[in-house]
Amino acid sequence: MKIKFRLNGRLINADIPGGMRLIDLLREDFNLTGTREGCGKGECGACTVLLDGKPVNSCLVLAAQLKGRAMVTIEGLSDGDTLDPVQRAFLEATAVQCGFCSPGLILAAKSLLDKYPDPSEEQIKRAISGNLCRCTGYSKVFKAIKMASETHRNSK
Amino acid sequence: MGLIGKSVIKAGGVERVTGKGTFVADIKLPGMVYCAVIRSPVARGDIIAIDDSSCNRVKGYLGLFTAKSIPGNNVIPIVFRDQPCFAAKRVNYHGEPIGVVAAESKAIAHTALNRIKVTVKELEGLIDPLKAWGHRKIKLYGDDNIFRHSKIRRGDVESAFRECEVIIEDTYTTPYQEHAYIEPQGMVANPLPDGTMEIYGSMQCPFYVREAVAEVLALPLSDVRVIQTSTGGGFGGKEDVPSLVACQAALPACLLKRPVKLIYERDEDMISMSKRHPSWIHYKSGATADGILRAIQAEYIIDGGAYSTLSPVVLFRGTVHSMGPYRCENVHIDSYAVATNKVPCGAFRGFGSPQILFAVESQMDRLAQGLKMDPAEFRRRNLLKTGDTTSFGQKLSWSVGAKETLEKVVEHSGWRNHIPESAGDKRIGYGLSTVFYGVGLGAGGKHLARTGARVMVEPDASVTFSVGTTDMGQGMQTVLAQVVAQELGLPFENIRMMPTDTSRVPDSGPTVASRATTMSGNALIIACEKPRDSILTEASILLKIEKHNVVIDEGIAFDRKDGRLKVTIKEIIKNCFGKRMPLTGDGWYNTPETSWDNETGIGEPYVTYAWASNIVKLAVDTQTGEVEVLKISSAHDVGKAINPAMVECQIEGGVIQGLGFALTEEMMADSKGKLLNPEFSTYIIPTASDVPEIEPIIVEHPYPDGPYGARGFGEQPLMGIAPAVANAVADAVGVRITDLPITAEKIWRALRAK
Repeated sequence: MKIKFRLNGRLINADIPGGMRLIDLLREDFNLTGTREGCGKGECGACTVLLDGKPVNSCLVLAAQLKGRAMVTIEGLSDGDTLDPVQRAFLEATAVQCGFCSPGLILAAKSLLDKYPDPSEEQIKRAISGNLCRCTGYSKVFKAIKMASETHRNSK
Repeated sequence: MGLIGKSVIKAGGVERVTGKGTFVADIKLPGMVYCAVIRSPVARGDIIAIDDSSCNRVKGYLGLFTAKSIPGNNVIPIVFRDQPCFAAKRVNYHGEPIGVVAAESKAIAHTALNRIKVTVKELEGLIDPLKAWGHRKIKLYGDDNIFRHSKIRRGDVESAFRECEVIIEDTYTTPYQEHAYIEPQGMVANPLPDGTMEIYGSMQCPFYVREAVAEVLALPLSDVRVIQTSTGGGFGGKEDVPSLVACQAALPACLLKRPVKLIYERDEDMISMSKRHPSWIHYKSGATADGILRAIQAEYIIDGGAYSTLSPVVLFRGTVHSMGPYRCENVHIDSYAVATNKVPCGAFRGFGSPQILFAVESQMDRLAQGLKMDPAEFRRRNLLKTGDTTSFGQKLSWSVGAKETLEKVVEHSGWRNHIPESAGDKRIGYGLSTVFYGVGLGAGGKHLARTGARVMVEPDASVTFSVGTTDMGQGMQTVLAQVVAQELGLPFENIRMMPTDTSRVPDSGPTVASRATTMSGNALIIACEKPRDSILTEASILLKIEKHNVVIDEGIAFDRKDGRLKVTIKEIIKNCFGKRMPLTGDGWYNTPETSWDNETGIGEPYVTYAWASNIVKLAVDTQTGEVEVLKISSAHDVGKAINPAMVECQIEGGVIQGLGFALTEEMMADSKGKLLNPEFSTYIIPTASDVPEIEPIIVEHPYPDGPYGARGFGEQPLMGIAPAVANAVADAVGVRITDLPITAEKIWRALRAK
């Protein structure tokens, strides 16, 4: 089937099989490897992308559901070599260990900060509770999101 | 020491936060074939037939590969050689690999997998290790189904118990723990036209993978090249089992002469890959009225599963750690690794010690309670210190920071200063644990206790280095780059670690046992000697000063006595190349000797030990038994923190993984040995919502043989959390839970039974 959608700001016309998962479209057809498959069941959050600004598990979404919508993957967050403040904060706060879950966590955090620029600890925890990380123990991830929130506020 | 002790930003961090395709699942090669693994549907049985005739009409199906297709030996060599690559006649656990199907796409491979008809005659299996032990009829390993029996014999336990004021005796059990690395296992095998085989994949131990692939394909080691891709978490779960995954991809690759990709499904990964051994521990210990730990007698049984894999060495480490970090002169320990018809257990952060330490540290609190003594004070009186001799007879000549870790957590946690807090039905409790960890492979794997490194300085002052150990997220790459930058006086940004590759350095053993920083750090310091000497020599010529007065740091060489006299290292290196001076170096590091007598349990099993204390503050709801963890203080003696932020991150991550082991994580098997909850919705690991305040505390008692005084400690943060939680629950509501995980239901039942 033929669909039109926005991918990281670019307008895309694609012809896709009806049963294709969004994660496969991204990884196989667009070579966007930052969307990662950790479980294939919507349980780990490693394949998180932003669909119209909201985080979704791309392993549970059909590519066909993209029709007319705007999607952002981790590759669309940085502007060339300039990292998004959330990406930079993850590095500066040592919130990255193996990095497999990092793109999903960063996108979930990005979506939170776009909606709530000054989130509470509880809001942060809730926003990323669907993104499993087995390395960091999350403490430095909380710190990174707070740092990004401050950068965001100071830049305004 | 400009870069040592500095929290530089992660090497390779930008690739991680921008989602670059450096993981094995991201690899695409022309003509790539996909495969899927056929697994045993029963825990024990005889394979009658594997029939793929209904696959032959599937377009894109490329064939079935089984034990019969193997050109070499059907064995995955680890400690012993009892595990096959594919079960040939007899299956010994539910999920055991019996073959692979290969196809033009992943979807076709899975269609074929569903059509394959496997006929197995089911046999009675041994599921319970206590029943498997010495089973009269069913023999899984040797005559008694025991992979290994370890002992410690010291002093006279019987008479020592007679002197004790308090004796505590109880049974403790711990379940399977699943590593739950977020990146599933995966490998790509790429046969080259010259007959050699390249393997890319997620792994901790490329040299193990190389040995297994060479054995199965009947190739010399020189013809197998293994390259680690970015690895999304290991925790021990990518120590030995990636060898299986690699062989499952390499066999069809070799026979089809095409590259093959194999990425595990999550449930497949959880069913068939290694786990933390379930354990059964009977522990008796006693203390005299003056608060001295006088005698320990214990029996420690771990459920090894169907094949021995790493169980003998897991048991070794568990046995060495079975007395905790205390002086005790009367010890009698018997530990056993037992064969059962279940998935083979293996390495997991702590390697046989978290189970026994759960018992050790629970007992310590109960002895203190019996003596009416503060648990911190009781530990203080018995903790090992520099100059002491351990229960296994090793003199500790240096850097025992155990007591400092204890004092630090006591000071930071508000330990015992609390007025009994209670809000409604909630009761607050504090729990303490003190643990230790033998760093490196020790006497259990001393033939592998060596590592190589190579450093190459380029004409533009950029540097590449190679080591045989791997980064799986823990931060080794960054810490080692800091060491190289420091040794060569160059900025951190100039240093690049090459992917770990068996063709770059000699066999350096595995990346396990918290050994990478110490071992590869030392090998790199040796490898830097030659290029460093060239740089210093040329600097002394350019600065017209004596070589011993040259200081190099962050890209500048200067005179120790007159800081104004400087020259850039870039210029020095350019000159060195012009003069054809050597700017490449190889390093090879062997650890000092270790020893262990398996009959007496006496020796010097590890070259050094890391030390830690934890205090958990939590609230228990007396109506529901639910636990809310409020704060965890965790102090670790790491020798020297080369990158303190990364040390903190290792502490925080380990503590949370330990909290999962304490409270929620339990992989369950049914009576026929089938695992029941192989998915994240039923195997519950901590999420962001479960995380309390964590206070990581770094203690530094330098290890004289370590790089800049550093020693490994990455496993230790997990190890003492479960007993600290159990002790805090006992402190809060007076019930003692002896079987992990400590669920609300168990607490509720214990409260009702009170």
